[in-house]
This record gives sequence, C-alpha cells and structure tokens, in this order.
Amino acid sequence: MADPMKIRASMKGDAAEVRILMSHAMETGQRKDAAGNTVPAHFIQTITIDVGGKRVVDGQIGTAVARNPVFGFKIKGAKAGDKVVVNWVDNKGDKRTDEATVA
Amino acid sequence: MKKRIVLLAAVAVAWTGSASAQTKDANAEFEKFRAEMEESNPAELFEVKGEELWKAKRGPKKVSLADSCDLGQGVGKIEGAYVKAPRYFADADAVMDIERRIVWCMTEKQGFKFEDIAKKPFQGANDNNAPDITNLVTYVASGSRNMEFDMPMHDAKVRDAFETGKAMAAYRAGPYDFSCNTCHGADGKRIRMQNLPNLSSPEGALRGVLGWPGYRMTGGVMLTSQWRMNDCFRQQRFPEPKYASQAVTNLIAYMTGNANGQMYKGPGIKR
Repeated sequence: MADPMKIRASMKGDAAEVRILMSHAMETGQRKDAAGNTVPAHFIQTITIDVGGKRVVDGQIGTAVARNPVFGFKIKGAKAGDKVVVNWVDNKGDKRTDEATVA
Repeated sequence: MKKRIVLLAAVAVAWTGSASAQTKDANAEFEKFRAEMEESNPAELFEVKGEELWKAKRGPKKVSLADSCDLGQGVGKIEGAYVKAPRYFADADAVMDIERRIVWCMTEKQGFKFEDIAKKPFQGANDNNAPDITNLVTYVASGSRNMEFDMPMHDAKVRDAFETGKAMAAYRAGPYDFSCNTCHGADGKRIRMQNLPNLSSPEGALRGVLGWPGYRMTGGVMLTSQWRMNDCFRQQRFPEPKYASQAVTNLIAYMTGNANGQMYKGPGIKR
C-alpha cells in the first residue's frame, strides 16, 4: 500500500500553484543490494492531475526522477475552491490518488 | 631571487582569493536551492507517517504514545516539546533529548524492547523507509516549527548535561587526536567545500541544531540529530556511542543551550 501524497494548491495571481510531494522509492533497477543482487526497478510511470474535474496534466516519468519526488505546476484557469486530484501509477501497478482544494 | 618570491606570493594571494570567492558563490547557490526546496520538503512525508505512529495503539501493551507519552509539555502534547528539550524527566530520572525520550516512552509505556529499536535506529542509504523512531521524531519536531529554542538552562540537571557536553566537545582522543572543537571550536573552518559552524557561538550552535531532523537529498533519507552525533563520532574515528545514550544527549544539550533564544524552523532539508 502506497503512502499518501502531500498536496498544496493555492492561487498565485491568475494561476493555481500546485505543489505535490510523493512518497516513492523510485528504484532505477541499476543498483545492487549488499548481497550483490540487482534491486528491481520500481518507479512511478504515469501522473495525472485533474483540476475542477478537468484533466490538466497527463504525464509520464521514469527512473531519472529521485526518490520521494516533488512536483510543482502552475495551472491557469483554475480558481479558489477547485478540487485538485492527483493520481500516480507505478511500473508494478501500485497506485495512489489524493486530493486537495485550491486555497 | 627576491623578485621571484614576491611573484609567487602574489600568485598565492590571487589563488586563495578566488578559491574563497568560489566557496561563497557555491554557498549562495546552495542556499537558493535549499530555500526553494524548503517549501516542499519531503520531510513532510515523514511527519505524516510519524503522526500516524504517534496516535496508533502499538507495542505489546497496545497503547498509543499520544495517550501515554509525556515529552515535558503534558501527556501527548508535542507543541514546543522539541525546542524545550533536552530537559529533565523525573519519571526516568535523566536529562533526555526528544529522540531518547520517545525511545523511553516506547519501551516503558508501549512495551517495546530497547534492543529491537536500537538494532536499526537510523535509515541506511539503501533503505526505502525510515525507522519508526525517525518518523516519530520528525512529527514531534514539526510541533515546534517557528518556535524559539528554550532549553531549561536554569534546571541544575540540564545545566550539568550542558557542561558535560561542553567538556566532551573539548575532549581530544582517537587516532587523529581530534576533539569536536578541532573543527567546530573556531570561526571560519571548513572541510573541503563545507563550512563548519563554530558550536561555541550562538550563531554556530544554531547552525548545528537547525534543520534536524533533516531530509538528506543525497540518497533521499530522513535522519535525526542523534544520527548526526553518531556520524561525528565515526568521522572522528571514535567508537560510536550506544544508541540513545546520555553522551549524545549531553552533546545535543551543549549545542541547544548555546542556540537558546533563536528560532527553530522545523524539520529541515540537507544536501
């Protein structure tokens, strides 16, 4: 079971600034453990963000992103009170959805 | 001959000049990076986990720390607990820092075995998750965000821990004949590009305690002040102290005492 995200969303001028902290190992599949065995790749593959019911980000990331990644977006057209729904799915099919409200 | 020496001296001056300018630039750049990262510090993820652990009924005795653990501000209260420690706890008859106190609560109130906690007290570079104790310390520390350090120096027992810590910082030993003060006892020292704070000054001591517990971007691990002390011992080629020992509390008391009255910003972020 994946750990919850931390999402902060607030209006800055005419755009909503959304900051997302994700809790994920983001294993590259290149590392070896103490016993010399390759640590299997385990990373977030797709991220989607919906603001006010509208899909605004539909993205793919890979193993170049660090453990516990941080994302920041400026989203135009959003307004205070809009619901922000963030979803990610990793290469093992594990997923997580969290939401916040634009302040 | 004389001319050549003068020339060499001039070259030497020019070289040290540019080296310190580079150090300054690098520091300024890193400070910008840190300021940016502090807004979304992954330490918050550990705070959330720590809060769950704090409120959950755990251990052989099935009690929560929120219902049983007094960090000096009343049972279950975390507000200001981090900046008002180390302090004296009558029930344990010892001066304890926050991490040590939580370990005490986990063993005395929840019934965990100390040996089990001490087996793996810190997150290793290859571990995906921080140990429970680190999450708990991070959560408790978040309850002191933007509060001033206020270690009770008027308490004779705390004062004693402070003085012992001060003496330990000056104690030279080990294969390098180093003390803490060899690197941390004067202004303007550094190791490679890393500036070292002078822990005997209020500003330096603040730099020693600020930002712990901290999220280390190298490796993406969450580490506590206790870990920092242990690693200092290791770098000095001293034997590492036992987990949650009085020696570490004393050193933390020495730094916190010197930093008293200055603002703590909550769990931090480190390179």
